[in-house]
Amino acid sequence: MAASREAAPGTVTAAAFGVGGLFVVGALISIFIAAGTHDAVMAFHATLFILFFVLGIFAIGKRHFDAQERTPEPPARDGINYHDGPIRVATIASLFWGIAGFLAGLYIALELAFPGLNFDLAFLNFGRLRPLHTSAVIFAFGGNALIATSLYVVQRTCKTRLAGDLAPWFIVWGYQLFIVLAATGYLLGVTQGKEYAEPEWYVDLWLTIVWVTYLIVFLATLARRKEPHIYVANWFYLAFIVTIAMLHLVNNAAVPVSLTSPKSYIIWSGVQDALIQWWYGHNAVGFFLTAGFLGMMYYFVPKRAERPVYSYRLSIVHFWALIFLYIWAGPHHLHYTALPDWAQTLGMTFSIMLWMPSWGGMINGLMTLSGAWDKLRTDPVIRMLVVSIAFYGMSTFEGPVMSIKAVNSLSHYTDWTIGHVHSGALGWVGFVTFGAIYCLVPWLWNRKQLYSLALVNWHFWIATLGIVLYITAMWVSGILQGLMWRAYDSLGFLEYSFVETVEAMHPFYVIRAMGGGLFLIGALIMAYNVYMTIRGHVREGEAMEPAPAGDGQLAAVGAK
Amino acid sequence: MTYETFSVFAGTWGLILLVIMFSAAMTYAFWPGNKDMFEHAAKLPLDDQEHSDKGENRS
Amino acid sequence: MSRFTHATIEKNSILLLVLTLIAVAIGGLVEIVPTFLIKTTVEDVEGVRPYTPLELAGRDIYVREGCYACHSQMIRSLRSEVERYGHYSLAAESKYDHPFQWGSKRTGPDLARVGGKYSDEWHRVHMADPRAVVPESVMPGYPFLAETPLATHDMQNSLKVLALLGTPYSEEMVTETMSDLYVQQNPDEDYDPMVERYPGAVVSNFDGDPETVTELDAIIAYMQMLGTLVDFSTVERSTLVQ
Repeated sequence: MAASREAAPGTVTAAAFGVGGLFVVGALISIFIAAGTHDAVMAFHATLFILFFVLGIFAIGKRHFDAQERTPEPPARDGINYHDGPIRVATIASLFWGIAGFLAGLYIALELAFPGLNFDLAFLNFGRLRPLHTSAVIFAFGGNALIATSLYVVQRTCKTRLAGDLAPWFIVWGYQLFIVLAATGYLLGVTQGKEYAEPEWYVDLWLTIVWVTYLIVFLATLARRKEPHIYVANWFYLAFIVTIAMLHLVNNAAVPVSLTSPKSYIIWSGVQDALIQWWYGHNAVGFFLTAGFLGMMYYFVPKRAERPVYSYRLSIVHFWALIFLYIWAGPHHLHYTALPDWAQTLGMTFSIMLWMPSWGGMINGLMTLSGAWDKLRTDPVIRMLVVSIAFYGMSTFEGPVMSIKAVNSLSHYTDWTIGHVHSGALGWVGFVTFGAIYCLVPWLWNRKQLYSLALVNWHFWIATLGIVLYITAMWVSGILQGLMWRAYDSLGFLEYSFVETVEAMHPFYVIRAMGGGLFLIGALIMAYNVYMTIRGHVREGEAMEPAPAGDGQLAAVGAK
Repeated sequence: MTYETFSVFAGTWGLILLVIMFSAAMTYAFWPGNKDMFEHAAKLPLDDQEHSDKGENRS
Repeated sequence: MSRFTHATIEKNSILLLVLTLIAVAIGGLVEIVPTFLIKTTVEDVEGVRPYTPLELAGRDIYVREGCYACHSQMIRSLRSEVERYGHYSLAAESKYDHPFQWGSKRTGPDLARVGGKYSDEWHRVHMADPRAVVPESVMPGYPFLAETPLATHDMQNSLKVLALLGTPYSEEMVTETMSDLYVQQNPDEDYDPMVERYPGAVVSNFDGDPETVTELDAIIAYMQMLGTLVDFSTVERSTLVQ
């Protein structure tokens, strides 16, 4: 797509013709599959593909004629013509899917407390909605936030425009198609049955195409940078992109039953499949939910605090230690199972070692604030970012503890795991994303400030209360459940039947749902705040934001 | 391949490899010559000096 | 900075990519590859056989409905688990599972050895309305399984694909897929050849209606065989050492 640099941005070039041609081929293949399949879901998904390709071709054409009429976008105040359109789409998509995912989570939490809510309907049952929830929050909410921030950060820290003209648009919209295919597939019963990797083979193939494009755009942007050094945030983003590609390809290796059937069988089986699955699953946490978001932390925390990262050297050690150690930790999901002992021990050992780089990163993030702690009081956005790092520290301490075999024998299979995941997901991933989006929105839409910092404050406190309710409820229920499962009476018999332990969980499931509800309310407040900011409103009586302007924000905005 | 061969290999060559990798990463991070580069890099997110006022008229 | 050229930049981002790939590849390689190479990873025990077509169809439904979100199929080697659920699970018992369904959460009980613990009748009622037999249960009801005829269009292909992936389905098993599937849920038919192909297969009128093969037939057939294949009274302890 190098040719597009010379032509007016947006006009059809040879590269755009190539993309259009590929879309035509894609549409033809989809039509062929839609016509040949006996499976209703496959036909539906093939139709979605056709729609995507047709709309894509229209969009390329429309962009060409628009570009001819429009004067080119002015460069930002550092003189670079950043490519922010796709980033705006991904930012809004992240918020949209986030709310959908939190809502799905709230609903399945209520289903566990009140099973009547399953309504005996296939598409509403817990087993189908649960992957919808996990995928929506991890891949749709988190994934879009990562795409948006990585494409923003790589441009700003490399002082260059994104590589490719159509490619960034393809990444963003192709990723939304992946989300829609995955989500509708779950509801209609199309799943591989591997946790956090439920999408079937054709959806996996599509994601591979999108992801490789993402990797190429990211690398090519790094390659054309005007700075000698690659800023460390980009290291984390790059490790996230390339490692997820590796994990995705190996874990999802499958043979479809036929080319017109959504059903496939995974190549691996039994114990090897279990190991590969948790190698994937734990590193979806390690690279998707950690490395990627650490990239976010290393840009947005210094930016918002207006000071460089506490120790750049520490960030380099943090990077290499983290990515090297994380990949080994998977087997701690399989303690005392049929996985060989040596693999379990390796997994446990590396999980404990992982504590060190994790806390190194936490310290690096927190100490960036040193000398500017007063901002915690005045700026709720930075407070959100800092609390996210605190939650990161907490869950990366809890994780190694839970990976110890003796602890794991109690915690595994219980709600403690769910609580642990959510202290990381709601506290770390959620808050760092909210903080980053609160920074990004005024920068991307050229607004002087957020609509309301007071609402950010409300969001912060409501969501924090929600998290506290959630994780404390799950700690208590998880430990209670684990203890009940192993309790013996005085005669040496197991004291509780299984269903008694189910019954004992009920109050905690209600409290957990309340916590999730509060978190959702916080996100809705955020959506309103973001919407009003994009509209260009400022809430009456709100002081001027003390926050810095983003790189490449228009000069009129931040100039004093 | 048995567990024993695997274990012996990990305890010797594996260990050596890990030590080398660890040393390499630490050397890179703490090499005095890299200090300036790191200090420059740390300021990258905060660096918006190359202002131009061309953007003001954007509709 | 004077030595700084475009070429070194390009090289650095590729160098970073390569070093990152090396760093993240090592852990996976060291842990995963030996489990394929070390023979004792999967024990050598008798009795484990490929799923019958009906059981396989049931397993596909189990996967489709996301049962693994709440049920594990992995009894850990802990006293309280062995006493609650039975002998701890062997790697051999899931060696034909594509994908594995060990699970990670027990909102409901472990199912690794649920086979034969309850009657078909109990399963029928339980699937339609779990709280009719277990009042405290939080499991969703699956009444639609009894009303949905089993989709068998791809059944034979499923066996072919699994054979390709290493499951010992013979050519005969593949050709007889549809009849094997039908006779397993209709005890009035001649099911001997099927049981000969799949030793220990339970033939029963699972959903109470021998005429149509429903999804309920398949899922109950799968439930009833879980964990029943290995006869632990005949297994020597030494084969279980990993």
